[in-house]
Amino acid sequence: MKLRTPKTLRSLVVAGCVSLMSITGAAKAADSTAPIVIPIHNWSSQIVMAYVIGGMFEKMGSNVEYVPADAQAVYESIRNGDVTISHEVWQSTFGKSFYNAMAKGGVIDAGTHSATTLEEMGVPTWVIEKNLCPGLPNWEALKDCHENFTTADSGGKGRWLEGPQSWHGDLMPERLEALGLADKWTVKFAGGADALWTELASAKKEGRGTIVFNWTPNFTDADGFTFIEFPEYTEGCRIADGGDGKCGSPKGWLKKAANYKFPKTHPAAYTAFTKLDFSTTQIGQMAALVDTDKMDHKDAAAKWLADNEDVWMPWIK
Amino acid sequence: MIEALQNRKYLQFFLLVAVFLLLCLLVPQSEGNWLWRLPPLLSQLPIIINNSVDYMMFEWWPIEVYDPDIEEYEQKPLLREITRGISGVVLFLIELVREILLGGVKTIVTFSGWDWATENQWARWPALPWTVVAGGAAILGYALSGIGLAVFVGAACVYIAIFGQWEPSMQTLSFVLIAAPVAILLGLALGVWGYKSKRVEAVLNPLLNVAQIVPHFSYLIPVMVFFGIGDHAGAIATIIFATPPMVRLTILGLKKVPPEVAEAGLMSGCSDWQLLRQVLIPTARRDILIGVNQVIMQCLAMVVIASLIGAKGLGNDLLIALNRLRIGLALEIGICIVLIAIVLDRLSLAWANKQTDYFADQSFRERHKYSLWFLIVFVAGVVLAWLGSFIFREGFNYLYLIPHNKGITTAAFWQAGVDWIWDTFFYSLKGFNEWLIVEVLIPVKNAYLAMPVVATFTLAMGAGFIVGGIRSALIVGFFLLFIALTEWWDRALITSYLVTMAVLISGFIGIVVGTLCAQHAASSRFILTVCDTFQTFPSFIYLIPVMMLFGVTDTSVLIAIVVYSTIPATRYTVEGLRSVPEALHDAASMSGVNRLQRWLSVELPLSFPHMALGINQTVVFALSMVIIGAMIGTDDLGQLILKSLSDKAGVGNGLVLGFCVAFIGLAIDQILRTWANQRKQALGME
Repeated sequence: MKLRTPKTLRSLVVAGCVSLMSITGAAKAADSTAPIVIPIHNWSSQIVMAYVIGGMFEKMGSNVEYVPADAQAVYESIRNGDVTISHEVWQSTFGKSFYNAMAKGGVIDAGTHSATTLEEMGVPTWVIEKNLCPGLPNWEALKDCHENFTTADSGGKGRWLEGPQSWHGDLMPERLEALGLADKWTVKFAGGADALWTELASAKKEGRGTIVFNWTPNFTDADGFTFIEFPEYTEGCRIADGGDGKCGSPKGWLKKAANYKFPKTHPAAYTAFTKLDFSTTQIGQMAALVDTDKMDHKDAAAKWLADNEDVWMPWIK
Repeated sequence: MIEALQNRKYLQFFLLVAVFLLLCLLVPQSEGNWLWRLPPLLSQLPIIINNSVDYMMFEWWPIEVYDPDIEEYEQKPLLREITRGISGVVLFLIELVREILLGGVKTIVTFSGWDWATENQWARWPALPWTVVAGGAAILGYALSGIGLAVFVGAACVYIAIFGQWEPSMQTLSFVLIAAPVAILLGLALGVWGYKSKRVEAVLNPLLNVAQIVPHFSYLIPVMVFFGIGDHAGAIATIIFATPPMVRLTILGLKKVPPEVAEAGLMSGCSDWQLLRQVLIPTARRDILIGVNQVIMQCLAMVVIASLIGAKGLGNDLLIALNRLRIGLALEIGICIVLIAIVLDRLSLAWANKQTDYFADQSFRERHKYSLWFLIVFVAGVVLAWLGSFIFREGFNYLYLIPHNKGITTAAFWQAGVDWIWDTFFYSLKGFNEWLIVEVLIPVKNAYLAMPVVATFTLAMGAGFIVGGIRSALIVGFFLLFIALTEWWDRALITSYLVTMAVLISGFIGIVVGTLCAQHAASSRFILTVCDTFQTFPSFIYLIPVMMLFGVTDTSVLIAIVVYSTIPATRYTVEGLRSVPEALHDAASMSGVNRLQRWLSVELPLSFPHMALGINQTVVFALSMVIIGAMIGTDDLGQLILKSLSDKAGVGNGLVLGFCVAFIGLAIDQILRTWANQRKQALGME
């Protein structure tokens, strides 16, 4: 097949654009009516928040579209403009994907929620109540209780069940090494969040000790979950950043991301999106509507919007 | 001595294993030693691939495009505009089908633009009431096959509706209704082309193998970059995955057409097209229909994966349900997926088997009776939905669309079932699990990792040489060399260890179960339906109970792989044994053999080539599951493929890792296939 020369193509495109302009008419100051694309991931608070934000945009007269997407891969789509925003960028889990996409260009940082997050290794609270590791949540307790946390494939060491490697690379093995725990503990990477929750459920049934990676706010908060207190995080303390690695996780941020065209195409919606700011409690409320009250995600969002008009109305003005 | 060796293959194998073990003992383990591990000369390859994809997508051949939204001209690369154009067409088709079923505004927007549609809120396409869709599907079933199919199809629709899964099911259906026909037509076209030209077939064969074995995850990111995110991207990934079996079975079927038949067609004066359309394809129908069945099964097997790149519907709901460990709900969704698969499969089968009706002089009513019935159902359904709006004043109109998750649910029952299994079996299984890990899995894994690279090459290439001569040896060598030169040889060894274990177990179960079921026609049909069910039932669902019982360990990974890869082992065993001619059974029985002897010395050897292909497919299935294993937690190639979703060089890493997995499969395929073909020739089957 012979390709058209770029010249004819260009003139074709220009011709098309001219005709398009004549149809759509004069320049618009208001938001475009093209839909704002909001991604849906697979955890409750994110989905409810997607419908809440979508509801706000609709109230402003914008069209909204929801698209299921993988939480790691979505940043590439935002960069390409296939998805417009992402409203839950967790620092330690998605920070890497987010900054990689930003470095390539096309993604902008649309501000930070006031909710802080903590993503850290921890134990279900009943592990402490059963005294399987006396001294927790202080990390020094880990020095002599690993026997209660062994599994068949851990080679006699206690096991840390960390999230998938895509979340923070080799951070946890490095931390074990740095804290001098490596001869008593080993890290197993789970394949996904499902694996973490399954481990929590099965350890509880069996009453055995388990240390898993988890975060808050999360639905596991309701069942009681205690994070281990490692030496405090300081800037650059991690081995990847050139430090000695003897530190825990920072209080993390929860950011918002958007495609670079969003401010130009939907100036009003973008302004609202930057003003938008959820606290830990509010995110917890949204998740609880689904997880505790067993509501449908869309119904939960509608209820939250109805109950909290005083919270979100100022943002869209 | 040499002569004895030349004639006895088992002696050759014996010698090969001896050399292999010697090499394992003698080669020292040190990083600098090339006999132990090759240097990673290809470690830049992912970055090169990544950069060239970036260049093609974002820089190559830029054209100026005016973006009316930001009122600026933008430089846009040509390739990207082309792929996005394709995306647009696919998406339009999917939305069209979806809006016929569920209603919406997208199709109208395509012609009018968002501005107009926003101003005119009345311009919305209404949904078909579910009663009309269910009735229409039942009429279709009746028209194609009869009352049995009509009842089955209707019941499936009612099940989906009353369990509150109507909306996501129709979303999934609309996406499959586009992806499956495209895959079928594409497969048919490529198959015919491959049949006509030897050269095309030679090119197609390895490509098909790669497309089938490369884990879907490794092309999710490339598809997303090229085609964007959404239902169209899901459909395109599904088409890549579902087309290969169709191509393969089309070629197989056409090759089996006796030359007499084709010549009879030519003598009656068929043109090329007529010959193909009216002689060859109808004659090869049996195999082509198996291809259609496989396409539909593969499409629905992809539903969950496709939802990761934007396909709406059941897959996405399933992932959400599983993330909260709601196994009962997930199970109901899984059943809907299987039901859609079986309904589509049976309908397409009935359509293909339907004979054309040549009755003339029918009255208007007779010719259009099905359309008239549908019209009646349509009017009745609409009236019911209208009446429903008076009955269900408060909540939802159950006679129009049953809203998502507002139907009845048996989730609590299934949840209790899972709990029961846990309480009953956990402690007895725990001992077994520990024994398996400590005594079997860990030693085998360590043994694999302790193989020097030179020993692995000797074993694989030697096996290739013994079976297929120097050509096979070189092909196998090339595949291994590629993997050995990447940084991921050790990971590939772990993948091989998992696959080897899984294939051993699956092969054993498959051959035993297949043999037992092949003894009767009824049990054969039953087991083939079970195979269909397990092939489409999303593996994610049984991952959770398996993980609860066996923990985040290699045992769970192994079980997940075995459940899936036993399907082809069983299927091919049944089909192989059933294809042994009755006359041979009788001849053997007359010579006075008992049942077991007959199986051992007549049926088994005769169906051996078939079974070897079954084992070949078992390897393919096992390899394609490594990624699911990674979702439990492994440290093999799959884990890195999963990780590539967030990598900077994600496209390159994903593809190269995918090729590593595919090349393991292709190396095994080369040896098994050559061997099976030789056996076929020796048995006079070809």
